[in-house]
Amino acid sequence: MEYVVITFLCLSILLYFLLGGADFGAGIIELFTSKKNRGKTRHTMHQAIGPVWEANHMWLIIAIVILFVGFPLIYTTMSVYLHIPLAIMLIGIIARGTAFVFRHYDAVKDNMQELYNRIFIYSSFVTPLFLGIIAGSVLSGRVDLAANNFVDAYIFSWLNWFSVSVGLFTTALCGFLAAIYLIGECKTAEDKKRFIKKAEYMNVAAVIFGAMVFFSAAIEKVPLINWVIYNEVGLVSVSLASLSLVLLWYLLLKGKTKILRVLAGFQVTMILIAISYAHFPNFIRLKGGEVISLYETIGPEKTIQSLGWALVLGSLLILPFLGYLFYKFQQKEE
Amino acid sequence: MDDFLAARSQMALSLGFHIIYACIGMVMPFFMAVSHYKWLKTNKEVYQHITKAWSKGVAIFFATGAVSGTMLSFELGLLWPKFMEHAGPIFGMPFSLEGTAFFIEAIALGFFLYGWNKLNKWFHWFTGVVVGVSGLASGILVVAANAWMNSPSGFEYVNGQYTNIDPIKAMFNDAWFTQALHMCLAAFTATGFAVAGVHALMILKKQYVDFHYKAFKIAAAFATVCALLQPISGDISAKDVAKRQPAKLAAMEALYQTEKPAPLLIGGIVDEKNKTVSKAIEIPGALSFLAHGNFKAEVKGLDQIPENEHPPVAITHYAFQIMVGLGTLMLLLSLVYFFILWRRKSVLKTLWLLKLFVCAIPLGYIALEAGWVVTEVGRQPWIIYGIMRTKDAVTPMPGIVWSFYLFSAIYFSLSIIVIFLLYRQIKMVPILYHSSAKQNTEP
Repeated sequence: MEYVVITFLCLSILLYFLLGGADFGAGIIELFTSKKNRGKTRHTMHQAIGPVWEANHMWLIIAIVILFVGFPLIYTTMSVYLHIPLAIMLIGIIARGTAFVFRHYDAVKDNMQELYNRIFIYSSFVTPLFLGIIAGSVLSGRVDLAANNFVDAYIFSWLNWFSVSVGLFTTALCGFLAAIYLIGECKTAEDKKRFIKKAEYMNVAAVIFGAMVFFSAAIEKVPLINWVIYNEVGLVSVSLASLSLVLLWYLLLKGKTKILRVLAGFQVTMILIAISYAHFPNFIRLKGGEVISLYETIGPEKTIQSLGWALVLGSLLILPFLGYLFYKFQQKEE
Repeated sequence: MDDFLAARSQMALSLGFHIIYACIGMVMPFFMAVSHYKWLKTNKEVYQHITKAWSKGVAIFFATGAVSGTMLSFELGLLWPKFMEHAGPIFGMPFSLEGTAFFIEAIALGFFLYGWNKLNKWFHWFTGVVVGVSGLASGILVVAANAWMNSPSGFEYVNGQYTNIDPIKAMFNDAWFTQALHMCLAAFTATGFAVAGVHALMILKKQYVDFHYKAFKIAAAFATVCALLQPISGDISAKDVAKRQPAKLAAMEALYQTEKPAPLLIGGIVDEKNKTVSKAIEIPGALSFLAHGNFKAEVKGLDQIPENEHPPVAITHYAFQIMVGLGTLMLLLSLVYFFILWRRKSVLKTLWLLKLFVCAIPLGYIALEAGWVVTEVGRQPWIIYGIMRTKDAVTPMPGIVWSFYLFSAIYFSLSIIVIFLLYRQIKMVPILYHSSAKQNTEP
């Protein structure tokens, strides 16, 4: 059963990254859209993510519940030492979710809209940035259980080159995923063209920040290169990700959008696998080379049994219903 | 303010806001489903309008409820890591099921809000019902987790170690049913009175009376029936607390000395230093009856509980008085409403009754918050009753005070915006829905 639980944990993190990420990305795209096109972008975006956005964010809840029920030590270590970025991320989540709903459900459309829009786009940027920083910090080896002052324990645990690079990389990937997702939801050829452009920019940004992640890993002595190059699975997945990048550009330039979505999802999945496979089952790297591993901190057997069953039965209810939601509200080209 | 107090305040604040958002989000879908059903059955357009108007409220409150709930799932660890380290695997079962219920609710809400004219009309109605049922299930599960803190079970605690863990037993702890029942009835009563009161106000203002009167009747039906049932659930809870948490019961009634028979105190001023209560109305033997079903039974006072295990008496006592007092007022209002209906008088012409409903808008929520204070403050100094003290669970990170200020500002501004949005929605009702010619097809 522990494998079921760990699979669900990985799956919910992956799906949160893909679906929640595309969702955050939509706000990032809006941030980088010229003022005159923002209205159009907003409209397409609302049509596309309105029905599904709350469901997309449920994956985070599932992941966090699996962590605190099944792996309490990982959950509490993160909560203590990464308190500040977690709190900022939470503020982002609160601000973004409410602003998105408020701007749609304000019965009077006046200059309050501008306020909601601002909150929405900035929090769409800040939230994935800090999610990435948190993910980077978990790998960074900067979490110091023996720290005896505030700054070492609660600030430098997440404020370092590697964590910040991962944050920026995550943000760019979110924007990229959103652009690809929105291409498929556009109703006009002109909109489509705009989102293809956006996807290209975001992809360039992701490549640049991706390189930055590798450089900063070298600076901070995170063995990222070893995980990716000297591990077969890591090497294969990073090669597949690079290959799909070439294919993706070819399709983008040709304007063939049908399989783009699958390809982008595949690419991001490969990146996640490349980064995490060799590291698995270790979860948090601590300062001084120690690790907190999933296997070693897993909860008592009966807890894992019932958690596993709850997840299996829950997903039998959730997945078909969710699939139908996405299918039903897919935008048709006019 | 020290960090421990700040952490407690932040938790109280987050839960205090979440509890209201979540209650509205879990109860309104039922009102909506009733009016939606009437629309599908009678084809009277006004019911469709009521459904749509309410669905906007649901969308706003679901989103605020969802984000504040996400916040809480992190806050448990951010503020109480030692608690979560041990309690997570024991009381996590309801949370993992709640994750599923919440997920289903979010999916169903997506279908419901965006499904007008896109789905089979009965499937569309059904998705609205699913929103309500899964919301209610989420609520019950979360309360079951809280009940475990009051009535820990499903594990053995030996030499500081938690062994022999059984999460199913922990979920079905002794308090889950009484607490969940009381909470659900409270949610329906509070939201029912709030919604009915707002519509009553609009009737008094003579705005689109047909719409508001039909909406009023649906909300009032839920509110009044639940307000009548609530005392029964309260009685079950009181007897349960007397058995499981005598310290909490003693604090609720500010019973410093063990008495046989024990009187019921109404009101009164608590002097925590001298351990006395002055200016209270005493009903002889009534507490014995409420706690043990016997006018002559002994009720344990705080004198039988070690001093360092006493909850704050004054807060618990006052909160309990407020809850019971307001509950009684709502009960009386419900009886009057039924009397008027029974005498077949027109509610629309009974203006004083409508005015009373307007006055009752906040009562349910105040009672709800007070009841929550009773159960949480009454449990102190324990976070897991009898096992772990709250102060041993708090995060080692200093500076929580700042986090408390920050989140207070966020929650207050969020609530102000929500009220502002609702005000605008209500104000726009006649314009959005009144003339069928200007029919609005937006969800």
